Amino acid sequence: MDEMIREKIKQVKKGDQSSFEDIVIYFQNRIYQHCYRMLGNAHEAEDVAQEAFIRAYTNIDSFDNRRKFSTWLYRIATNLTIDRIRKRKPDYFLDAEMKGTDGLDMYTRLPSQDRSPGEEVEGLELQRFIHQEIAELPPKYRSIIMLRYLEEFSLKEISDILNIPLGTVKTRIHRGREALRKKLRHV
Amino acid sequence: MDCNREYAQLMHQYLDGDLNQREEAILRLHLEGCEVCQKHFHELKRTLTFIQSTEHISVPESLSSKVMQNLPTEKKQVKYKRWFKAHPVLTAAAIFFVLMIGSVFSSWSQDSQLVVSKQENLVIEGDTVIVPEGITVPGDLLVKNGDLMVKGTIEGDVTIVNGELLEDGNMLDEESFTASVGEVNGEFNHVDQFFEWIWYTFKNLFKGIFTF
Repeated sequence: MDEMIREKIKQVKKGDQSSFEDIVIYFQNRIYQHCYRMLGNAHEAEDVAQEAFIRAYTNIDSFDNRRKFSTWLYRIATNLTIDRIRKRKPDYFLDAEMKGTDGLDMYTRLPSQDRSPGEEVEGLELQRFIHQEIAELPPKYRSIIMLRYLEEFSLKEISDILNIPLGTVKTRIHRGREALRKKLRHV
Repeated sequence: MDCNREYAQLMHQYLDGDLNQREEAILRLHLEGCEVCQKHFHELKRTLTFIQSTEHISVPESLSSKVMQNLPTEKKQVKYKRWFKAHPVLTAAAIFFVLMIGSVFSSWSQDSQLVVSKQENLVIEGDTVIVPEGITVPGDLLVKNGDLMVKGTIEGDVTIVNGELLEDGNMLDEESFTASVGEVNGEFNHVDQFFEWIWYTFKNLFKGIFTF
């Protein structure tokens, strides 16, 4: 499969637009879902997924064929979703680290259980509830949890996609798992 | 809750596949004995199962066609650049060809003056070059923009560009040339038109290259 994608990219680099369509069709499910989970709504997800593919096309010359295309594509998509989230809340960021707290952010200041999860589950389908809890994680944890457990990238690949050191990926995935554990343990 | 931070750390390393056998054994041994940690570990694993069971989201069908519609059409410049990058040899050949045509064209239109290669004993009357009777021209002869009349002998090649070969003021066609009064012991070239001129120049160029 990787070989097929590699071949298609060669064609696109030569100027063959139709080969790019095959690439889009092959990756659209994964990229769209990634955007959807990052953004939490279908409209924005479609918008950003589309933008990600177009960016990939216009910058295809800067893609190094020896690297993994999916990693590169996810990187574009992730950066775009994070940009979108930033633009969405211009006043303050819950996930912005607070000065002098060594990695703590505003989420840690929120009351941890402001509604009883039991009531919540009654109203919502379980899956929806879980999805919502993931969506409420700060983006920097959410992206890693999703890439690891839903899109099944290795930690090394995640460090490539997000362009952060492997150690940071591990720290964040630990915190992300702990945060979700606390949210979901009463379910 | 966190009975032991160290063991929580080990659990996460275990989940990332970062534990060696010895460390794994330590963790297992501890979990068997410590109920709190066991619960913690169980919750973590359950959380991961939950995450992986989230709903499947289907893609809007129009996504790929929308992407394709919105792709920028390549600028012509980019297209050419890409093409040149992909075909360096053809590009070099094309540039060479353009320069070549340019130089041939300019050398054609440059002068309409009569040009005769420098040989002794030639007589020039107006636009006509005459090789007089009994005279032998020892080398090649080029006549440009003028006619040539051969009464004597030419040892080398003859080239007439933009002119005619005359015999006593009469035109002589090439077929009967061998029967003419004069004698040409080399090759005879008659160039009259622009394309022939190009052909002639190229031929000479390649001859030059190969003999070199």
